[in-house]
Amino acid sequence: MSTLRPDLAKIAQNIPQGARVLDVGCGDGALMSELQSGKAVDARGIEIDPAEVEKAVARGLSVVQGDANRDLADYPDGAFDVAILSQTLQTAQRPDWLLDQLLRVGRTAFVSFPNFAYWRMRFSLLMGGKMPVVRHLPVSWYATKNIHHLTIEDFRLLLTEKGVTVEDSWFFAGGSEISGGGALSANWRAEHAVFQLSK
Amino acid sequence: MIDSAHRLAQVDFAFIMASQTAISVRKEALPDPLPLDSGRELAGVEIAFETYGELNAARDNAILVFHALTGDQFVASEHPITGKPGWWERMIGPGKPIDTNRYQVICANVLGSCMGSTGPASPGQDGAPYAKDFPVITIRDMVRAQMRLLDVLGIETLHAVVGGSMGGMQALSCAANFPERTGRVLAIATTARHSAQNIAFHEVGRQAIMADPNWQGGAYYGGDTPDKGLSVARMAAHITYLSEAGLTEKFGRRLQDRDAKSFGFDADFQVESYLRHQGISFTDRFDANSYLYITRAMDYFDLAEEHGGRLADAFRPKSADASETRFCLVSFDTDWLYTTADMREIVHALNSVAAPVSFVELSAPFGHDSFLLDVPALDRVVKGFIG
Repeated sequence: MSTLRPDLAKIAQNIPQGARVLDVGCGDGALMSELQSGKAVDARGIEIDPAEVEKAVARGLSVVQGDANRDLADYPDGAFDVAILSQTLQTAQRPDWLLDQLLRVGRTAFVSFPNFAYWRMRFSLLMGGKMPVVRHLPVSWYATKNIHHLTIEDFRLLLTEKGVTVEDSWFFAGGSEISGGGALSANWRAEHAVFQLSK
Repeated sequence: MIDSAHRLAQVDFAFIMASQTAISVRKEALPDPLPLDSGRELAGVEIAFETYGELNAARDNAILVFHALTGDQFVASEHPITGKPGWWERMIGPGKPIDTNRYQVICANVLGSCMGSTGPASPGQDGAPYAKDFPVITIRDMVRAQMRLLDVLGIETLHAVVGGSMGGMQALSCAANFPERTGRVLAIATTARHSAQNIAFHEVGRQAIMADPNWQGGAYYGGDTPDKGLSVARMAAHITYLSEAGLTEKFGRRLQDRDAKSFGFDADFQVESYLRHQGISFTDRFDANSYLYITRAMDYFDLAEEHGGRLADAFRPKSADASETRFCLVSFDTDWLYTTADMREIVHALNSVAAPVSFVELSAPFGHDSFLLDVPALDRVVKGFIG
């Protein structure tokens, strides 16, 4: 699993053998491919970019070109053991709707997103007065696909509001996992967060 | 069943009415009468077919390729009438995306067609051609006939079924009606139901054929064939296979072999000359009555209607332990005959029963015909899906 991004590798580690998995925003299917060969999962994907879908299908994966903001509603309740939304929540039209759908079609969900409250972001905004352009969010405000920036704290509040259970969570900075310091500290220290959720 | 599979398929002579040439094609007779969706039965059905590559010992590496409206079984070998290469040679062959070193590809001429399978030009009970006494058939009837052919060949399950356009309809119908025989379904540039617009274009073609004085109510065999009508039908249909941008790029408003307009009704424009050529050359290899029957079958196609009005029910697993059929659907952005929206409806239905499905809309300039032409992305998708 060494070729995967750290957040994807963490998700992959925590997916049970042989699970039915839906990867929402699966890109070229790198995670699906790892899961299929490493854990014999039944993996499906949704991806909006046709070039990425073509790559995924060319590697023999079941990937549908579509818009998760709309197409996730097609799937029946509980169709998957695990639904994955990696680095896509902040691009959704309605992240709250997407989260509901994720936990409807999957018994558990893994959600990863970039943390806007990372200390470098806060520092950059405070000192520069401009939208931060940093290592983990490198695109300027006018070109970014991220239309709903959020922080780890924002996400936790949404989960509480929706009565979603946090099964586990992991935090990353500089490409490796950070540990200790508790939730509040993570909101300062983490570039990326991964949550395992259930309803 | 095994006995018949091991004996050499009978080689027979099919009299191709449209071309008035006798050619030899490989075919099998179906042992029992074929039940049809119309309620009628058709006895003495013969299905002409070609195979490419070897069947393995387990007899489970066969891929059935379904042809489109005016296609035939010569998918990867020279056409015996036109001398042209097979219609999908870019896709099928040794080392090609559908690799005949690994799979045996079978392609059968559909029921109702005119390249050796039983159709309106075939002799009926009284020995004379059926003509308009040939029963109206459906896409499902075509598939049923091909499943019977597989029985004769001793093939229970298929690694995959593959088809574009009407071939895609057959592939979907096969998955819905014979899921236990269908491992994978690759359906390209197709639809689960003919739209009003699709039917309308076909009706123009049929009316052109039936307006030809030579059509004679279908009983033209042995006399002059309704080539004018069939040619116009082909011209109208051919427009629907191309994109506007493709036509503009290929022909624009350029004139044909002249420097100025003739102020008459000759083929002044290159596009007119091209269409006329398409129409006339088509009559050399196709029977007008077959065109009527096959377009009718396409117009009748509505996979949801066959399954209680819900498309999803067509793909719902028949039992909990039924092995899953995998689907791959491909549309083209310039195809306005069977659009991406049409194919998304199929994807939605498959998603709603959580079927394993891939779908991609590929970008290609050639309109509906893109599935037959040079689209490297399609090659990669097909290779990846077939495995």
